[in-house]
Amino acid sequence: MTPISVVDIDYVALAPVIIVLVAAVIGVLLEAFLPEAARRSGQLLLTGSAVALAFLTVLIVAASRPFGPIAGGSLMLDGPGLFLQGLILLTSGTAILIMADRRVDPGGDAFAGRVSTLPGGEEEREVSRRGLMQTEVWPLMLFCIGGLLLFVTSNDLLTLFIALEILSLPLYLLVGMARRRRLLSQEAALKYFLMGALASAILLFGSALAYAYAGTIEFAGIAERISERTTANTLVIAAVALILVGLLFKIGAVPFGQWVPDVYQGAPTPVTGFMAAAVKVAAVGALLRVLYVPFGGMRWEWEPVLWIVASLTMLIGSLVALAQSDIKRMLAYSSIANAGFILIGVAAADQVGLSSVLFYLLAYSVATLAAFGIVTMVRVPTGEATSLEQWAGIGRRSPLLATAFSLILLSFAGIPLTAGFIAKFGVFTAAITAGALPLVIVGIVASAIAAALYVRIIVRMYFTDPVSASAGVASPSPLTVAGVGLGVALTVILGVFPQPVLNLVEQTSIFVR
Amino acid sequence: MSPDAYLSLASILFAIGAAGVLLRRNAIIAFMSIELMLNAANLAFVTAARAWGNLDGQVVAFFVMVVAAAEVVVGLAIIMTIFRSRQSTSVDETSLLRW
Repeated sequence: MTPISVVDIDYVALAPVIIVLVAAVIGVLLEAFLPEAARRSGQLLLTGSAVALAFLTVLIVAASRPFGPIAGGSLMLDGPGLFLQGLILLTSGTAILIMADRRVDPGGDAFAGRVSTLPGGEEEREVSRRGLMQTEVWPLMLFCIGGLLLFVTSNDLLTLFIALEILSLPLYLLVGMARRRRLLSQEAALKYFLMGALASAILLFGSALAYAYAGTIEFAGIAERISERTTANTLVIAAVALILVGLLFKIGAVPFGQWVPDVYQGAPTPVTGFMAAAVKVAAVGALLRVLYVPFGGMRWEWEPVLWIVASLTMLIGSLVALAQSDIKRMLAYSSIANAGFILIGVAAADQVGLSSVLFYLLAYSVATLAAFGIVTMVRVPTGEATSLEQWAGIGRRSPLLATAFSLILLSFAGIPLTAGFIAKFGVFTAAITAGALPLVIVGIVASAIAAALYVRIIVRMYFTDPVSASAGVASPSPLTVAGVGLGVALTVILGVFPQPVLNLVEQTSIFVR
Repeated sequence: MSPDAYLSLASILFAIGAAGVLLRRNAIIAFMSIELMLNAANLAFVTAARAWGNLDGQVVAFFVMVVAAAEVVVGLAIIMTIFRSRQSTSVDETSLLRW
């Protein structure tokens, strides 16, 4: 019998996660003890300060702590992990700003006053007359952010699975809470829940097979076992395949991303922005770590699969986006296409590829958040004007908003002097160096298709006469302006002066094994 | 003890669960099938723990049970709200969202 050894935990290195999760628990308590009137401001203060504090802590940890396993080897403190944690907190903070806005919708914020009321019922009207707001949203957000922070640093299969669940369960609920078009929102929640739970179960079974093969759930141990093998083994190949399916599902890659358009369309728009940005960042981060660290020795097995998935994702995402008439659905397909471009960098499977993916994630997530922030502002009396027809002539009535949206679309299209150009250039270069020229050719074709789509929307905003049902632009509160402004500013700054950030991602892009 | 038989059983249970999620139209049944998949993974974990002679797999199984319970809470809440507003739990009837 070996004596139980006490796990040595470096609490400073763990502080970002602890701060966010403790704040989430306090948020749940605030729901119980704060009076109705003070709840919203209390929750906002708590959520905002927790995320800001956690971001500062990430900077402190990055500057002061040696890289290596923390919390008994369950988590790994290394460059990519810390960069992604910082990026998750940055995008979550921006999403929280947009979420907290209560001025664009005359009824309150983006969430139903009481989620438990029946859509269209007497009770719901009573709730909206009293101007109630559902403040449980904020603790749910914090739990989700805590899960995201764990997900990108997890260093064994169990932590990976638990982090995935901590981030997913609150998201399922947030998706179903929209104030407007509640039936659509509830349906999106059901779809997301069933599909997401299926993906988690697939990931878990893959983990079980990997454990059966290697006899350990730690990434380093699995990597060691794989490096020792001499013949192909069905068990480990099945394990990698199932884990890959589970993670590609969260990223929204074709053919596992069919839920993406439905869920992105039905969810409250700020939550959609949060999912498209922070959640995708975390999912790609986890995929990178899983492919590079435990299964890095099987690169020749998973690389062809990734090539096919990346090509399909880029092409189908861009092509189907062309056919959309709803702006949220269009942005959803555009985010699928972007996932394909990210996967090019993942498939490159070296340090250059890793650093290009990190930069791409930064450029993509800030632009996406700003895009969905802008969608919340373009409105008709019944809610957001999501039909593309209603966007005709927005550029004449609200030049500032249209300019911001155009900049973001140009960045998605990869036009020079925007962050999107540098990001796409980075992943393409990495892929060519790694010998993936066919993938780059597919990528360039998909970019051209996507560019046509984005230009069409810009033309509609500026050069089409407004129709009678055209949307107006709500005057937002400083919160949304700050969130969207940050996204647009970063898109331009990263496009014009990318060098400091490029240096940063190059320095950070080594996984500690 | 040869773990092969147990791993095969786990795979069969997992496949039945996956087929159930993809084929059945009732949200509750689909949800039950997901639970079956999680338990198939548990069986595989416990089998592997026994075969390797360490405790990792058994610890994972405990965690998975807790996660499954949490998932039930969230999942049934979502299915309940849908049922209250539409009087149906059929996955086919909830189809406002199409291409």
